[in-house]
Amino acid sequence: MSQALIELVKKNFPAAVLETHSQLGDETIVLAPESWQEVCRFLKENPQSDMNMLTDLTAVDFPSREPRFEVVAHFYSLTRGHRLRLKARVGDRDGETVELGTLTDLWGSANWLERECFDMMGVKFIGHPDLRRILLYPEFEGHPLRKDYPAEKIQPLLQYRDEPNIEKVAPFGVDEGMSFGRQTHKVGIYTDEDGDSGARRKVISPADN
Amino acid sequence: MGELKPTTTSILEPGQQSGFATTKFESLLAWAQKYSLFMNPFVTACCGMEFMAVSSPRYDFSRFGSEAPRFSPRQSDLLWVVGTIVQRQAPILKRIYEQMAEPKWVLAFGTCASSGGFYDNYACVAGLDKIIPCDVYVPGCPPRPEAVLDGLMLLQDKIQRGDRTPGIVKPRIDPVQEPNTALVQLRRSRSSAPPGIKL
Repeated sequence: MSQALIELVKKNFPAAVLETHSQLGDETIVLAPESWQEVCRFLKENPQSDMNMLTDLTAVDFPSREPRFEVVAHFYSLTRGHRLRLKARVGDRDGETVELGTLTDLWGSANWLERECFDMMGVKFIGHPDLRRILLYPEFEGHPLRKDYPAEKIQPLLQYRDEPNIEKVAPFGVDEGMSFGRQTHKVGIYTDEDGDSGARRKVISPADN
Repeated sequence: MGELKPTTTSILEPGQQSGFATTKFESLLAWAQKYSLFMNPFVTACCGMEFMAVSSPRYDFSRFGSEAPRFSPRQSDLLWVVGTIVQRQAPILKRIYEQMAEPKWVLAFGTCASSGGFYDNYACVAGLDKIIPCDVYVPGCPPRPEAVLDGLMLLQDKIQRGDRTPGIVKPRIDPVQEPNTALVQLRRSRSSAPPGIKL
């Protein structure tokens, strides 16, 4: 059904379409980033596509690729009932300049979706009216869903209390499922190997259990 | 009044219908405090559903005197921290705790509030005791209402004894002690997987 959509975009923007993919009603077009806004405007305003709803907008990090990020947008037409996925590959290897045009003037929902994408992935949407963090706090440094953000790194707003860690898990054995112990974070006082043993975080690996 | 017995002597003269009792002031005060825990629910996540179950008639923690919710921390004695605490909320939680007047107690409801649970990531605090002191931890994801009531009774016991060391609610059925429970059997059966399958 939506195969016609891909043909429509291909016909009108032959230079913008880098790649297409279509399987079981799941249509994807990979666009050149410079024609991102232009094609989206066309898809919204053309009566044949009539994409009046931006369902989701996010990004995927491929650290080994260049361009590194893939911004993904999902569109839905409430009048015609068809969907389309658009992708644009942006960003250099070190993730310093990751830029794409904004869609906020076309869909209102793009405002918060792009803010989230900026917050988590660090994609800068050129022309966005208010590109601030939306989920995390302004003091946060970096973008946590990037693959190079350390999995254990936390940035507390408050100084953690200097308290010995106590075991608060249910007495399950290793073979008895999730013990929900949280033993991986090392922050502040807990990383101090020479410090007071009482203040040091007790680190238990499953093998010790 | 059973809790007052060790420090209470009741005196009834022979032939009299009424008498008097003596006790320690601290004991009487603790007895009054533990049955009038005005609560401030700090509900942030899915454990809130279980919190509603505990507060509603079937489990009904008002039986323990923990009835009146006070949405002003200045009027509450017990801070229920129900759910995940994210880094962004940590200053708010600390501020609410500091606004409460002494004597005050804190109950960590659920695994996330107790230790962070599986939210082992950039956003979440690994247990509210990183931020504020805590009196009772109720692990569980979410805890059964019975576990919460156990935690409440544990807190009452601690108040009566004047004990501020943290207490952890233990499961009523300890899976290690009870190897025949269905859950443990299921997990043990998984650990003997066919060859070639990595567990």
